[in-house]
Amino acid sequence: MAKIISNREIAPDTYLMAVQGKYSGKMGQFYMLRSWRFYPLLSRPISIHDINDDSISFLYRVAGEGTVLLSQLKTGDELHLEGPFGNGFPELKGKVAIVGGGIGAAPLYYAAKALGSSSEVENLDIYLGFREEPLRLEAFEALANKVRVQLGGNVTELVNPNSYDYIITCGPEAMMEALYKKSVGSSAKVYVSIERHMACGIGACLVCTCETKSGNKKVCKDGPVFLGEEVYHG
Amino acid sequence: MANLKVQFGSITMKNPLVMASGTFGFGKEYGQLYDIERLGGIATKGLTLEKRSGNTGMRIWETPSGILNSVGLENPGVEAFIKEELPYLNNLNVVKLVNIGGKTLQDYVDAIAMVSKEKADMIELNISCPNVKEGGMAFGITADSTRRIVRAARNATQLPLVVKLSPNAEDIVKAAVVCQEEGADGITLINTVKAMAIDIDKRKSIFDNMYAGLSGPAIKPIALRMVHEVCKNVSIPVMGVGGITTWKDVVEFIMVGATCVQIGTANFIKSTIPLDILEGLEAYMVQEGINSLEEIRGII
Repeated sequence: MAKIISNREIAPDTYLMAVQGKYSGKMGQFYMLRSWRFYPLLSRPISIHDINDDSISFLYRVAGEGTVLLSQLKTGDELHLEGPFGNGFPELKGKVAIVGGGIGAAPLYYAAKALGSSSEVENLDIYLGFREEPLRLEAFEALANKVRVQLGGNVTELVNPNSYDYIITCGPEAMMEALYKKSVGSSAKVYVSIERHMACGIGACLVCTCETKSGNKKVCKDGPVFLGEEVYHG
Repeated sequence: MANLKVQFGSITMKNPLVMASGTFGFGKEYGQLYDIERLGGIATKGLTLEKRSGNTGMRIWETPSGILNSVGLENPGVEAFIKEELPYLNNLNVVKLVNIGGKTLQDYVDAIAMVSKEKADMIELNISCPNVKEGGMAFGITADSTRRIVRAARNATQLPLVVKLSPNAEDIVKAAVVCQEEGADGITLINTVKAMAIDIDKRKSIFDNMYAGLSGPAIKPIALRMVHEVCKNVSIPVMGVGGITTWKDVVEFIMVGATCVQIGTANFIKSTIPLDILEGLEAYMVQEGINSLEEIRGII
Protein backbone atom coordinates (compact mmCIF):
# COMPACT_ATOMS: atom_id res chain seq x y z
CA MET A 1 0.00 0.00 0.00
CA ALA A 2 1.21 3.47 -0.88
CA LYS A 3 0.47 6.75 0.90
CA ILE A 4 -1.21 9.78 -0.65
CA ILE A 5 0.93 12.93 -0.53
CA SER A 6 -1.74 15.22 -1.94
CA ASN A 7 -4.98 15.02 -3.91
CA ARG A 8 -6.23 18.39 -5.14
CA GLU A 9 -9.15 19.40 -7.34
CA ILE A 10 -7.35 21.54 -9.94
CA ALA A 11 -10.38 22.09 -12.17
CA PRO A 12 -14.04 21.11 -11.82
CA ASP A 13 -14.16 17.32 -11.27
CA THR A 14 -10.47 16.98 -12.16
CA TYR A 15 -7.92 15.93 -9.56
CA LEU A 16 -4.16 15.82 -9.37
CA MET A 17 -3.02 13.13 -6.95
CA ALA A 18 0.56 12.54 -5.82
CA VAL A 19 1.53 9.22 -4.26
CA GLN A 20 4.62 8.52 -2.19
CA GLY A 21 7.20 5.98 -3.30
CA LYS A 22 9.64 4.98 -6.01
CA TYR A 23 7.81 4.06 -9.17
CA SER A 24 8.88 3.14 -12.67
CA GLY A 25 7.05 3.61 -15.94
CA LYS A 26 7.42 4.79 -19.50
CA MET A 27 5.43 7.66 -20.98
CA GLY A 28 1.95 6.46 -21.92
CA GLN A 29 1.88 3.53 -19.50
CA PHE A 30 -0.68 3.23 -16.71
CA TYR A 31 -1.26 1.83 -13.25
CA MET A 32 -4.32 0.03 -11.88
CA LEU A 33 -5.49 1.95 -8.81
CA ARG A 34 -7.84 1.16 -5.97
CA SER A 35 -8.30 2.68 -2.54
CA TRP A 36 -11.06 0.32 -1.50
CA ARG A 37 -11.17 -3.38 -0.65
CA PHE A 38 -13.60 -5.35 -2.82
CA TYR A 39 -16.29 -2.93 -3.98
CA PRO A 40 -16.35 -1.53 -6.62
CA LEU A 41 -14.92 -4.72 -7.97
CA LEU A 42 -12.52 -3.44 -10.59
CA SER A 43 -9.43 -1.30 -10.15
CA ARG A 44 -9.20 1.84 -12.25
CA PRO A 45 -6.62 2.14 -15.02
CA ILE A 46 -5.08 5.62 -14.74
CA SER A 47 -2.20 6.84 -16.88
CA ILE A 48 1.05 8.09 -15.43
CA HIS A 49 0.93 11.88 -15.26
CA ASP A 50 4.39 12.29 -13.81
CA ILE A 51 7.09 10.38 -11.96
CA ASN A 52 9.72 11.92 -9.71
CA ASP A 53 12.40 10.36 -7.51
CA ASP A 54 10.07 9.75 -4.60
CA SER A 55 6.56 10.03 -6.02
CA ILE A 56 4.19 9.27 -8.86
CA SER A 57 1.23 11.40 -9.83
CA PHE A 58 -2.05 10.87 -11.58
CA LEU A 59 -4.33 13.42 -13.21
CA TYR A 60 -7.87 12.10 -13.43
CA ARG A 61 -11.40 13.19 -14.07
CA VAL A 62 -14.23 12.02 -11.81
CA ALA A 63 -16.31 9.88 -14.13
CA GLY A 64 -17.89 7.16 -11.99
CA GLU A 65 -17.98 5.33 -8.69
CA GLY A 66 -14.26 4.48 -8.61
CA THR A 67 -12.94 7.94 -9.40
CA VAL A 68 -15.37 9.44 -6.87
CA LEU A 69 -13.71 7.27 -4.22
CA LEU A 70 -10.25 8.25 -5.44
CA SER A 71 -11.22 11.92 -5.30
CA GLN A 72 -12.12 11.59 -1.62
CA LEU A 73 -8.63 10.44 -0.60
CA LYS A 74 -6.76 12.69 1.81
CA THR A 75 -3.09 13.15 2.55
CA GLY A 76 -1.84 10.05 4.37
CA ASP A 77 -4.61 7.76 3.07
CA GLU A 78 -3.62 4.48 1.46
CA LEU A 79 -3.78 3.46 -2.18
CA HIS A 80 -3.12 0.10 -3.82
CA LEU A 81 -1.27 0.31 -7.16
CA GLU A 82 -0.31 -2.34 -9.69
CA GLY A 83 1.75 -1.55 -12.73
CA PRO A 84 3.20 -0.08 -14.81
CA PHE A 85 1.16 -1.76 -17.53
CA GLY A 86 0.74 -1.18 -21.27
CA ASN A 87 3.20 -0.47 -24.05
CA GLY A 88 3.53 3.30 -23.71
CA PHE A 89 4.62 5.74 -26.40
CA PRO A 90 7.72 4.75 -28.39
CA GLU A 91 10.99 6.67 -28.28
CA LEU A 92 10.76 9.34 -30.97
CA LYS A 93 13.18 11.58 -32.85
CA GLY A 94 13.04 14.64 -35.08
CA LYS A 95 10.15 17.06 -34.97
CA VAL A 96 7.41 15.99 -32.59
CA ALA A 97 3.97 17.37 -31.78
CA ILE A 98 1.90 16.43 -28.76
CA VAL A 99 -1.86 16.88 -29.13
CA GLY A 100 -4.16 16.49 -26.15
CA GLY A 101 -7.87 16.87 -25.66
CA GLY A 102 -9.48 17.32 -22.23
CA ILE A 103 -8.34 14.80 -19.65
CA GLY A 104 -6.36 13.18 -22.48
CA ALA A 105 -3.69 15.70 -21.51
CA ALA A 106 -2.96 13.54 -18.44
CA PRO A 107 -0.38 11.10 -19.91
CA LEU A 108 0.99 13.75 -22.26
CA TYR A 109 2.68 15.71 -19.49
CA TYR A 110 4.98 12.80 -18.66
CA ALA A 111 5.47 12.26 -22.40
CA ALA A 112 6.37 15.91 -22.92
CA LYS A 113 8.84 15.71 -20.08
CA ALA A 114 10.53 12.64 -21.58
CA LEU A 115 10.52 13.93 -25.15
CA GLY A 116 11.61 17.41 -24.10
CA SER A 117 14.71 16.02 -22.46
CA SER A 118 15.55 13.62 -25.30
CA SER A 119 18.58 14.57 -27.40
CA GLU A 120 16.94 12.84 -30.37
CA VAL A 121 14.02 15.26 -30.41
CA GLU A 122 14.83 18.40 -32.42
CA ASN A 123 11.65 20.27 -31.75
CA LEU A 124 8.65 19.69 -29.50
CA ASP A 125 5.34 21.54 -29.87
CA ILE A 126 2.33 21.03 -27.66
CA TYR A 127 -1.31 21.55 -28.64
CA LEU A 128 -4.02 21.25 -26.02
CA GLY A 129 -7.77 21.51 -26.43
CA PHE A 130 -10.21 22.00 -23.57
CA ARG A 131 -13.92 22.66 -23.39
CA GLU A 132 -13.56 25.44 -20.82
CA GLU A 133 -10.61 25.47 -18.51
CA PRO A 134 -7.04 24.43 -19.41
CA LEU A 135 -5.40 21.75 -17.29
CA ARG A 136 -1.87 22.31 -15.95
CA LEU A 137 -1.03 24.87 -18.60
CA GLU A 138 1.91 26.36 -16.72
CA ALA A 139 3.43 22.95 -16.21
CA PHE A 140 3.19 22.20 -19.93
CA GLU A 141 4.59 25.62 -20.80
CA ALA A 142 7.70 24.83 -18.81
CA LEU A 143 8.39 21.85 -21.10
CA ALA A 144 8.15 23.31 -24.61
CA ASN A 145 8.69 26.63 -26.39
CA LYS A 146 5.43 26.41 -28.23
CA VAL A 147 2.27 25.48 -26.34
CA ARG A 148 -0.98 26.36 -28.07
CA VAL A 149 -4.34 26.05 -26.39
CA GLN A 150 -7.77 25.85 -27.95
CA LEU A 151 -10.76 26.46 -25.70
CA GLY A 152 -14.13 25.18 -26.84
CA GLY A 153 -13.15 24.51 -30.44
CA ASN A 154 -11.29 21.88 -32.35
CA VAL A 155 -7.62 21.68 -31.41
CA THR A 156 -6.73 19.63 -34.47
CA GLU A 157 -7.28 22.73 -36.62
CA LEU A 158 -4.17 24.28 -35.07
CA VAL A 159 -1.92 21.40 -36.09
CA ASN A 160 -0.14 21.21 -39.43
CA PRO A 161 0.97 17.57 -39.73
CA ASN A 162 3.54 18.44 -42.42
CA SER A 163 5.56 20.33 -39.83
CA TYR A 164 6.26 17.10 -37.91
CA ASP A 165 7.83 13.66 -38.13
CA TYR A 166 5.68 12.32 -35.32
CA ILE A 167 2.49 13.31 -33.57
CA ILE A 168 1.37 11.66 -30.36
CA THR A 169 -2.16 12.22 -29.17
CA CYS A 170 -4.58 11.35 -26.40
CA GLY A 171 -8.13 12.59 -26.05
CA PRO A 172 -11.64 11.98 -27.35
CA GLU A 173 -11.76 9.34 -30.10
CA ALA A 174 -13.32 11.83 -32.54
CA MET A 175 -10.41 14.21 -32.01
CA MET A 176 -7.77 11.54 -32.46
CA GLU A 177 -9.45 10.15 -35.54
CA ALA A 178 -9.75 13.63 -37.09
CA LEU A 179 -6.09 14.25 -36.38
CA TYR A 180 -5.05 10.95 -37.91
CA LYS A 181 -7.18 11.58 -41.03
CA LYS A 182 -5.66 15.03 -41.38
CA SER A 183 -2.18 13.50 -41.20
CA VAL A 184 -2.74 11.00 -44.01
CA GLY A 185 -0.31 11.83 -46.81
CA SER A 186 1.72 14.17 -44.59
CA SER A 187 5.20 13.72 -43.18
CA ALA A 188 3.86 12.81 -39.74
CA LYS A 189 3.34 9.38 -38.22
CA VAL A 190 0.56 9.52 -35.63
CA TYR A 191 0.44 7.52 -32.41
CA VAL A 192 -2.86 7.48 -30.54
CA SER A 193 -3.55 6.44 -26.95
CA ILE A 194 -6.82 4.53 -26.68
CA GLU A 195 -9.08 4.28 -23.64
CA ARG A 196 -11.24 1.27 -22.77
CA HIS A 197 -12.94 -0.20 -19.72
CA MET A 198 -10.50 -2.78 -18.33
CA ALA A 199 -10.60 -5.67 -15.88
CA CYS A 200 -7.26 -7.50 -15.43
CA GLY A 201 -5.06 -4.76 -16.91
CA ILE A 202 -2.42 -7.27 -18.05
CA GLY A 203 -3.80 -8.94 -21.18
CA ALA A 204 -5.46 -12.03 -19.72
CA CYS A 205 -9.20 -11.33 -19.83
CA LEU A 206 -9.78 -9.84 -23.31
CA VAL A 207 -12.42 -7.29 -22.32
CA CYS A 208 -10.60 -4.13 -23.51
CA THR A 209 -10.36 -5.16 -27.14
CA CYS A 210 -9.68 -2.68 -29.92
CA GLU A 211 -10.26 -3.75 -33.50
CA THR A 212 -7.25 -2.90 -35.63
CA LYS A 213 -6.05 -3.46 -39.18
CA SER A 214 -4.20 -6.52 -37.91
CA GLY A 215 -7.06 -7.98 -35.87
CA ASN A 216 -8.17 -7.63 -32.26
CA LYS A 217 -5.66 -6.03 -29.93
CA LYS A 218 -5.68 -5.79 -26.15
CA VAL A 219 -5.65 -2.11 -25.20
CA CYS A 220 -4.14 -2.91 -21.79
CA LYS A 221 -1.20 -4.92 -23.12
CA ASP A 222 -0.73 -4.36 -26.87
CA GLY A 223 -1.74 -0.73 -26.27
CA PRO A 224 -2.90 1.69 -25.06
CA VAL A 225 -0.69 3.28 -27.74
CA PHE A 226 -1.29 2.30 -31.36
CA LEU A 227 -0.37 3.73 -34.73
CA GLY A 228 -3.29 5.81 -36.01
CA GLU A 229 -3.35 3.81 -39.25
CA GLU A 230 -3.84 0.59 -37.26
CA VAL A 231 -6.91 1.86 -35.42
CA TYR A 232 -8.56 4.26 -37.88
CA HIS A 233 -8.22 2.16 -41.00
CA GLY A 234 -11.93 2.02 -41.90
CA MET B 1 1.40 -27.48 9.12
CA ALA B 2 -1.97 -27.91 7.45
CA ASN B 3 -2.11 -30.03 4.35
CA LEU B 4 -3.93 -28.24 1.56
CA LYS B 5 -3.64 -31.14 -0.87
CA VAL B 6 -6.85 -32.30 -2.53
CA GLN B 7 -7.73 -35.34 -4.61
CA PHE B 8 -10.05 -34.60 -7.52
CA GLY B 9 -10.85 -38.04 -8.90
CA SER B 10 -7.57 -39.40 -10.22
CA ILE B 11 -5.89 -35.98 -10.12
CA THR B 12 -3.94 -34.76 -7.11
CA MET B 13 -3.68 -30.99 -6.60
CA LYS B 14 -1.31 -29.33 -4.16
CA ASN B 15 -4.13 -27.08 -3.02
CA PRO B 16 -7.78 -26.53 -3.94
CA LEU B 17 -7.33 -23.29 -5.91
CA VAL B 18 -7.87 -23.52 -9.66
CA MET B 19 -7.94 -20.37 -11.79
CA ALA B 20 -11.22 -20.12 -13.65
CA SER B 21 -11.42 -20.17 -17.42
CA GLY B 22 -11.47 -16.77 -19.10
CA THR B 23 -9.97 -14.87 -16.20
CA PHE B 24 -6.42 -16.16 -16.40
CA GLY B 25 -5.63 -16.32 -20.13
CA PHE B 26 -3.17 -19.15 -20.66
CA GLY B 27 -1.24 -18.25 -17.53
CA LYS B 28 1.62 -16.22 -19.03
CA GLU B 29 0.48 -12.76 -17.98
CA TYR B 30 -0.05 -13.66 -14.33
CA GLY B 31 3.13 -15.77 -14.46
CA GLN B 32 5.04 -12.55 -14.96
CA LEU B 33 3.59 -11.08 -11.78
CA TYR B 34 3.96 -13.93 -9.29
CA ASP B 35 4.89 -17.59 -8.86
CA ILE B 36 1.81 -19.26 -10.34
CA GLU B 37 3.20 -22.71 -9.54
CA ARG B 38 1.84 -22.09 -6.06
CA LEU B 39 -1.64 -22.59 -7.52
CA GLY B 40 -3.47 -25.90 -7.57
CA GLY B 41 -4.53 -25.61 -11.18
CA ILE B 42 -5.26 -23.41 -14.16
CA ALA B 43 -8.26 -23.66 -16.50
CA THR B 44 -7.38 -22.18 -19.87
CA LYS B 45 -9.31 -19.51 -21.67
CA GLY B 46 -12.22 -21.27 -23.45
CA LEU B 47 -11.03 -22.75 -26.74
CA THR B 48 -12.94 -23.63 -29.87
CA LEU B 49 -11.89 -25.70 -32.87
CA GLU B 50 -11.51 -22.61 -35.04
CA LYS B 51 -10.16 -19.22 -33.99
CA ARG B 52 -12.85 -16.77 -32.84
CA SER B 53 -12.58 -12.99 -32.69
CA GLY B 54 -15.30 -12.69 -30.05
CA ASN B 55 -18.07 -10.17 -29.62
CA THR B 56 -18.06 -6.57 -30.84
CA GLY B 57 -18.87 -3.56 -28.67
CA MET B 58 -18.63 -3.25 -24.92
CA ARG B 59 -17.31 -6.41 -23.27
CA ILE B 60 -17.19 -5.47 -19.60
CA TRP B 61 -19.62 -3.71 -17.29
CA GLU B 62 -19.30 -3.30 -13.56
CA THR B 63 -22.36 -4.04 -11.43
CA PRO B 64 -22.90 -3.97 -7.66
CA SER B 65 -20.49 -6.65 -6.39
CA GLY B 66 -19.88 -8.10 -9.80
CA ILE B 67 -19.12 -7.71 -13.46
CA LEU B 68 -20.89 -8.54 -16.68
CA ASN B 69 -18.70 -9.84 -19.48
CA SER B 70 -19.42 -10.27 -23.14
CA VAL B 71 -16.10 -11.50 -24.48
CA GLY B 72 -17.79 -14.11 -26.65
CA LEU B 73 -15.12 -16.81 -26.56
CA GLU B 74 -12.39 -14.88 -28.34
CA ASN B 75 -9.60 -17.43 -28.67
CA PRO B 76 -6.82 -18.50 -31.06
CA GLY B 77 -8.34 -21.91 -31.83
CA VAL B 78 -7.14 -25.29 -30.58
CA GLU B 79 -4.32 -25.72 -33.07
CA ALA B 80 -2.68 -22.37 -32.27
CA PHE B 81 -3.20 -23.06 -28.56
CA ILE B 82 -1.34 -26.36 -28.81
CA LYS B 83 1.51 -24.77 -30.71
CA GLU B 84 1.85 -21.43 -28.97
CA GLU B 85 0.38 -21.65 -25.47
CA LEU B 86 0.43 -25.24 -24.25
CA PRO B 87 4.25 -25.58 -24.08
CA TYR B 88 4.39 -22.75 -21.51
CA LEU B 89 1.64 -24.35 -19.44
CA ASN B 90 3.23 -27.77 -19.64
CA ASN B 91 6.41 -26.40 -18.12
CA LEU B 92 4.46 -25.44 -15.02
CA ASN B 93 3.94 -27.69 -12.06
CA VAL B 94 0.18 -27.08 -11.84
CA VAL B 95 -2.84 -29.06 -12.97
CA LYS B 96 -3.88 -27.96 -16.47
CA LEU B 97 -7.56 -27.93 -17.44
CA VAL B 98 -8.09 -27.28 -21.13
CA ASN B 99 -11.47 -25.60 -21.48
CA ILE B 100 -13.30 -26.49 -24.70
CA GLY B 101 -16.39 -24.81 -26.13
CA GLY B 102 -18.12 -25.16 -29.45
CA LYS B 103 -21.02 -24.58 -31.75
CA THR B 104 -21.76 -28.10 -32.94
CA LEU B 105 -21.29 -31.52 -31.40
CA GLN B 106 -18.68 -32.31 -34.05
CA ASP B 107 -16.73 -29.13 -33.23
CA TYR B 108 -16.48 -30.24 -29.61
CA VAL B 109 -15.46 -33.77 -30.53
CA ASP B 110 -12.78 -32.65 -32.98
CA ALA B 111 -11.34 -30.07 -30.57
CA ILE B 112 -11.28 -32.55 -27.69
CA ALA B 113 -9.63 -35.21 -29.84
CA MET B 114 -6.88 -32.76 -30.83
CA VAL B 115 -6.16 -31.73 -27.25
CA SER B 116 -6.25 -35.35 -26.08
CA LYS B 117 -3.20 -36.16 -28.19
CA GLU B 118 -1.25 -33.60 -26.18
CA LYS B 119 -0.02 -33.45 -22.63
CA ALA B 120 -2.88 -31.96 -20.62
CA ASP B 121 -4.34 -33.03 -17.30
CA MET B 122 -8.06 -32.56 -17.83
CA ILE B 123 -10.63 -31.44 -20.33
CA GLU B 124 -13.14 -28.93 -18.99
CA LEU B 125 -16.18 -29.18 -21.20
CA ASN B 126 -17.78 -25.75 -21.48
CA ILE B 127 -21.48 -26.13 -22.13
CA SER B 128 -22.36 -23.01 -20.26
CA CYS B 129 -20.99 -19.87 -21.93
CA PRO B 130 -23.92 -17.46 -22.21
CA ASN B 131 -22.11 -15.13 -24.60
CA VAL B 132 -22.22 -17.01 -27.87
CA LYS B 133 -25.48 -17.03 -29.69
CA GLU B 134 -25.61 -20.45 -31.28
CA GLY B 135 -23.41 -22.50 -29.08
CA GLY B 136 -22.05 -23.37 -25.73
CA MET B 137 -24.85 -22.84 -23.32
CA ALA B 138 -27.48 -24.31 -25.63
CA PHE B 139 -26.02 -27.73 -24.74
CA GLY B 140 -26.21 -27.05 -21.03
CA ILE B 141 -29.86 -26.08 -20.74
CA THR B 142 -31.72 -29.40 -20.96
CA ALA B 143 -30.73 -32.74 -19.50
CA ASP B 144 -31.12 -34.40 -22.93
CA SER B 145 -28.72 -32.09 -24.73
CA THR B 146 -26.31 -32.32 -21.79
CA ARG B 147 -26.39 -36.10 -22.12
CA ARG B 148 -25.66 -35.99 -25.86
CA ILE B 149 -22.68 -33.68 -25.55
CA VAL B 150 -21.14 -35.38 -22.51
CA ARG B 151 -21.49 -38.79 -24.16
CA ALA B 152 -19.77 -37.55 -27.32
CA ALA B 153 -17.01 -35.85 -25.31
CA ARG B 154 -16.50 -38.96 -23.18
CA ASN B 155 -16.01 -41.07 -26.29
CA ALA B 156 -13.54 -38.54 -27.70
CA THR B 157 -11.02 -38.59 -24.85
CA GLN B 158 -9.23 -40.73 -22.31
CA LEU B 159 -8.33 -37.64 -20.28
CA PRO B 160 -10.26 -36.87 -17.13
CA LEU B 161 -13.39 -35.00 -18.21
CA VAL B 162 -14.93 -32.22 -16.12
CA VAL B 163 -18.18 -30.65 -17.28
CA LYS B 164 -18.71 -26.96 -16.57
CA LEU B 165 -22.41 -26.53 -16.02
CA SER B 166 -24.59 -23.49 -16.41
CA PRO B 167 -26.64 -21.90 -13.64
CA ASN B 168 -29.08 -21.28 -16.47
CA ALA B 169 -29.78 -25.04 -16.80
CA GLU B 170 -33.42 -26.07 -16.45
CA ASP B 171 -32.57 -28.47 -13.65
CA ILE B 172 -29.02 -28.29 -12.33
CA VAL B 173 -29.23 -31.49 -10.29
CA LYS B 174 -30.56 -33.46 -13.24
CA ALA B 175 -27.82 -32.05 -15.47
CA ALA B 176 -25.17 -33.10 -12.94
CA VAL B 177 -26.60 -36.59 -12.56
CA VAL B 178 -26.56 -36.96 -16.35
CA CYS B 179 -22.86 -35.98 -16.40
CA GLN B 180 -22.13 -38.68 -13.84
CA GLU B 181 -24.16 -41.29 -15.72
CA GLU B 182 -22.29 -40.52 -18.91
CA GLY B 183 -18.91 -41.05 -17.31
CA ALA B 184 -17.74 -37.52 -16.53
CA ASP B 185 -15.00 -37.43 -13.90
CA GLY B 186 -16.20 -34.25 -12.28
CA ILE B 187 -18.29 -31.11 -12.50
CA THR B 188 -17.42 -27.43 -12.48
CA LEU B 189 -20.23 -25.33 -11.10
CA ILE B 190 -21.25 -22.53 -11.91
CA ASN B 191 -20.48 -20.55 -15.05
CA THR B 192 -21.70 -16.95 -15.28
CA VAL B 193 -25.37 -16.08 -14.92
CA LYS B 194 -27.05 -14.78 -18.06
CA ALA B 195 -27.83 -11.13 -17.37
CA MET B 196 -27.99 -7.67 -18.90
CA ALA B 197 -27.41 -3.95 -18.44
CA ILE B 198 -29.01 -0.94 -20.11
CA ASP B 199 -27.66 2.33 -21.44
CA ILE B 200 -30.62 4.60 -20.75
CA ASP B 201 -29.23 7.45 -22.87
CA LYS B 202 -28.92 5.27 -25.96
CA ARG B 203 -32.05 3.36 -24.91
CA LYS B 204 -30.50 0.01 -25.63
CA SER B 205 -28.52 -2.83 -24.11
CA ILE B 206 -24.94 -2.06 -23.12
CA PHE B 207 -23.92 -5.13 -25.11
CA ASP B 208 -24.03 -5.71 -28.86
CA ASN B 209 -24.95 -9.30 -28.02
CA MET B 210 -27.86 -8.07 -25.82
CA TYR B 211 -27.09 -10.35 -22.86
CA ALA B 212 -23.88 -10.99 -20.98
CA GLY B 213 -22.54 -13.19 -18.16
CA LEU B 214 -22.65 -12.02 -14.54
CA SER B 215 -19.81 -13.09 -12.24
CA GLY B 216 -18.26 -12.02 -8.96
CA PRO B 217 -19.47 -11.93 -5.35
CA ALA B 218 -22.98 -11.04 -6.57
CA ILE B 219 -23.49 -14.65 -7.70
CA LYS B 220 -21.77 -16.42 -4.81
CA PRO B 221 -24.93 -17.29 -2.88
CA ILE B 222 -26.45 -18.83 -6.01
CA ALA B 223 -23.29 -20.80 -6.71
CA LEU B 224 -23.14 -22.08 -3.12
CA ARG B 225 -26.73 -23.25 -3.25
CA MET B 226 -26.20 -25.05 -6.55
CA VAL B 227 -22.96 -26.71 -5.41
CA HIS B 228 -24.76 -27.84 -2.26
CA GLU B 229 -27.69 -29.32 -4.20
CA VAL B 230 -25.44 -31.05 -6.72
CA CYS B 231 -23.02 -32.45 -4.13
CA LYS B 232 -25.95 -34.07 -2.33
CA ASN B 233 -26.91 -35.89 -5.51
CA VAL B 234 -23.72 -37.02 -7.24
CA SER B 235 -20.65 -38.92 -6.12
CA ILE B 236 -18.19 -37.44 -8.64
CA PRO B 237 -16.16 -34.48 -7.36
CA VAL B 238 -17.26 -30.87 -7.86
CA MET B 239 -15.22 -27.71 -8.43
CA GLY B 240 -17.13 -24.85 -6.85
CA VAL B 241 -16.92 -21.50 -8.59
CA GLY B 242 -18.78 -18.22 -8.36
CA GLY B 243 -17.64 -15.07 -6.62
CA ILE B 244 -14.95 -16.64 -4.44
CA THR B 245 -12.85 -13.76 -3.16
CA THR B 246 -11.61 -14.70 0.33
CA TRP B 247 -10.42 -17.82 2.17
CA LYS B 248 -13.75 -17.83 4.00
CA ASP B 249 -15.54 -18.20 0.68
CA VAL B 250 -13.37 -21.25 -0.05
CA VAL B 251 -14.26 -22.80 3.29
CA GLU B 252 -17.96 -22.23 2.58
CA PHE B 253 -17.74 -24.04 -0.77
CA ILE B 254 -15.80 -26.94 0.79
CA MET B 255 -18.38 -27.19 3.58
CA VAL B 256 -21.21 -27.55 1.05
CA GLY B 257 -19.29 -30.35 -0.64
CA ALA B 258 -16.90 -28.92 -3.23
CA THR B 259 -13.64 -30.84 -3.62
CA CYS B 260 -11.82 -27.81 -4.93
CA VAL B 261 -12.72 -24.29 -6.04
CA GLN B 262 -12.07 -21.93 -8.91
CA ILE B 263 -11.06 -18.30 -8.55
CA GLY B 264 -12.21 -16.11 -11.42
CA THR B 265 -13.36 -12.53 -11.16
CA ALA B 266 -11.39 -12.04 -7.92
CA ASN B 267 -8.19 -12.14 -10.00
CA PHE B 268 -9.23 -8.71 -11.28
CA ILE B 269 -9.44 -7.28 -7.76
CA LYS B 270 -5.78 -7.95 -7.08
CA SER B 271 -3.51 -10.04 -9.26
CA THR B 272 -2.05 -11.98 -6.33
CA ILE B 273 -5.36 -12.60 -4.54
CA PRO B 274 -4.98 -16.42 -4.78
CA LEU B 275 -1.88 -16.15 -2.58
CA ASP B 276 -3.82 -14.17 0.04
CA ILE B 277 -6.53 -16.83 -0.07
CA LEU B 278 -4.00 -19.66 0.37
CA GLU B 279 -2.40 -17.93 3.32
CA GLY B 280 -5.77 -17.35 4.99
CA LEU B 281 -6.90 -20.89 4.35
CA GLU B 282 -3.78 -22.36 5.88
CA ALA B 283 -4.02 -20.12 8.94
CA TYR B 284 -7.67 -21.13 9.39
CA MET B 285 -6.82 -24.83 9.22
CA VAL B 286 -4.01 -24.46 11.74
CA GLN B 287 -6.22 -22.48 14.09
CA GLU B 288 -9.08 -24.96 13.83
CA GLY B 289 -6.78 -27.97 14.05
CA ILE B 290 -7.88 -29.21 10.64
CA ASN B 291 -5.28 -31.48 9.01
CA SER B 292 -7.08 -32.06 5.73
CA LEU B 293 -9.96 -30.28 4.01
CA GLU B 294 -11.60 -33.72 3.88
CA GLU B 295 -12.56 -33.14 7.54
CA ILE B 296 -14.91 -30.29 6.68
CA ARG B 297 -15.96 -31.29 3.19
CA GLY B 298 -19.71 -31.64 2.72
CA ILE B 299 -20.53 -31.23 6.40
CA ILE B 300 -23.59 -29.11 5.61
